[in-house]
Amino acid sequence: MSIYVDKNTRVICQGITGKSGSFHTKGCRDYGTQMVGGVTPGKGGTDFEGMPIFDTVEEAVKETGANATMIFVPPPFTADAILEALDAGIPTIVAITEGVPVLDMVPVYRKIRASKSVLIGPNCPGVITPGECKIGIMPGYIHKRGKVGIVSRSGTLTYEAVWQTTQLGLGQTTCVGLGGDPIVGTSFIDVIGRFQNDPETEGILMMGEIGGSAEEEAAAFIKQHVTKPVAAFIAGRTAPPGKRMGHAGAIISGGKGTAEDKIAALRDAGIEIAESPADMGTAIQRAMSRS
Amino acid sequence: MKIHEFQAKQLFRQADIAVLPSHVATSPAEASAAFEKLGGSLAVVKAQIHAGGRGKGTFIEDPSQRGVQLVRSAAEAAQVAEKMLGNTLVTIQTGPEGKKVNQLIVEAGCDIARELYLGIVLDRAASLPVLMVSTEGGVEIEKVAEETPELIFKEHFEPGLGLQAFQVRKLCKKLGLTGDAAKSAHRFMTAMCQLFVQTDCAIVEINPLVVTGGGQLIALDAKVSFDENALFRHADIKEFRDLSEEEPSEVRAGNAGLSYVKLEGNIACLVNGAGLAMSTMDIIKYHGGQPANFLDVGGGANAAQVSEAFRIILDDKNVQAVLVNIFGGIMQCTTIAKALVEAYQNVGFNVPLVVRLEGTEVEEGKKILRESGVAIVTADGLTDAAQKVVAAAAAHSKA
Repeated sequence: MSIYVDKNTRVICQGITGKSGSFHTKGCRDYGTQMVGGVTPGKGGTDFEGMPIFDTVEEAVKETGANATMIFVPPPFTADAILEALDAGIPTIVAITEGVPVLDMVPVYRKIRASKSVLIGPNCPGVITPGECKIGIMPGYIHKRGKVGIVSRSGTLTYEAVWQTTQLGLGQTTCVGLGGDPIVGTSFIDVIGRFQNDPETEGILMMGEIGGSAEEEAAAFIKQHVTKPVAAFIAGRTAPPGKRMGHAGAIISGGKGTAEDKIAALRDAGIEIAESPADMGTAIQRAMSRS
Repeated sequence: MKIHEFQAKQLFRQADIAVLPSHVATSPAEASAAFEKLGGSLAVVKAQIHAGGRGKGTFIEDPSQRGVQLVRSAAEAAQVAEKMLGNTLVTIQTGPEGKKVNQLIVEAGCDIARELYLGIVLDRAASLPVLMVSTEGGVEIEKVAEETPELIFKEHFEPGLGLQAFQVRKLCKKLGLTGDAAKSAHRFMTAMCQLFVQTDCAIVEINPLVVTGGGQLIALDAKVSFDENALFRHADIKEFRDLSEEEPSEVRAGNAGLSYVKLEGNIACLVNGAGLAMSTMDIIKYHGGQPANFLDVGGGANAAQVSEAFRIILDDKNVQAVLVNIFGGIMQCTTIAKALVEAYQNVGFNVPLVVRLEGTEVEEGKKILRESGVAIVTADGLTDAAQKVVAAAAAHSKA
């Protein structure tokens, strides 16, 4: 078992003819993902490395039976691309694009949450179930099928955690990058809830960062609903208030969203804390060996 | 992106949001002329910098001078302008180094009956913008939020619908606004929420929002910032950017497509990815060092960008050692290794460089570093890298 994606997931890429879209479509296909086509308005009827290109998502779904999409369109058009995927009834929508205006995401978020579809991102590395399906920009080879579910707000920090759990022999069930923006489609709670219900997942490793209150909300949820061992790392202990640390969402404002507050909330929920980013793998190992 | 008070008020005037008459001045003569043009018996001279707390802030050159001052004649306006312009104002938000005042506004006086607070931000937990008002205007709102949160009243609104009339009625009731003041509040709050959405604001803060004796709401101050990701659709607002208010090294990094934040420590870092960059700062601190910066070179950095990144971090005179931490995903370790060697040779290093590479093509990348003959300390894993760079910085600062 896994969450969100598996070997039966059929994926299209919106923005398949762009530089990133084409590069990562190949990368995902090489990993073994069933990439079944792509969408670029105006280029319908052509193909990319044997994968058919369509003008609209509606056509792409009808012709290919796609049930997931990977979005690489430029930021001004990302909200529209997500809504088009939603309109076409695609259940799993993964938006990689960085730099989407935050107010564009307000109505998109509400429409997604009122629907049966799931949006992961934007501004995220994507989602991967090792050995079955990779939708996104993560390097596939660092992953190993195993028992830890990984969820994170950042990209390369997730790779770090993946690599540590691979080296420890724990491996991963599914890894989900939520995205670094203030409004993203999927929260820690959504993913952790799925990991709790996934029989293959034996432990959950989460990486948060400064800004917002998503980690505090996750801590409260875990305290109430999660019986599996959980470990966490929070990035940004050294970040000064008022300075945006790369991600639009990673900013301490009005004294809220500090790493200390988040760590305290997670500890209070019985979650094992990795004090150093080198300790993420061993933290979940400790938590799992205790239970 | 932050803008100045006078620029925000320009936007408010265009949106029919009430502000007082004012004029910008960049010299004492202009300040004097501005006072005459306003035609009143008093006016307020306000320093224009991208930081709050100006009223209580003081100038380094003359600690008796505040950043906001009441004047009663054109001559006095000129005198105050003389003391402010070109000098450095320190407020609780500027840090001890303060900010240089290049311009000020001379604003008409006003009959103040009450001072309220109004702010609009994105509430991330609700994924909606929220309008916040308070009876406690004119003081630090963080303090109000901490001590008397029951005096802050909130209404969320959908960008497409805007603030609804019933929401204004609820807020007026709580603020004790009736009659003409309630009517004025309706216009003011609705227009402000509209402006927030139409111009893709990140933060709007009016503190104080005054109610005049005649029951009119006026924005006495204006703090506005914008979502940088949305500036592509606001060419006019982009023009408001004042580079002199920003850290020069951060502007330079931005031009090179790098995300850089200068900090106070002595260990510089160069990392790919924001989360890993923050974590690298954290692990330096964890092992007893102090990070000199946050620097994310992004997923596809080339040799030119890495060279520029090195120049920027080495320009910081506090730096005693540099840590490069790359987890190659899309970016291959060989690419970064070649860029490192090239940059090392181009830029000229005077401090130790510790490099930790992991991920795609890591062995080939390490080989390039070894065979380059440049004096790079290589590290295996995050802990090893952090310990090595902390030790190197300590040794170098003693040397």
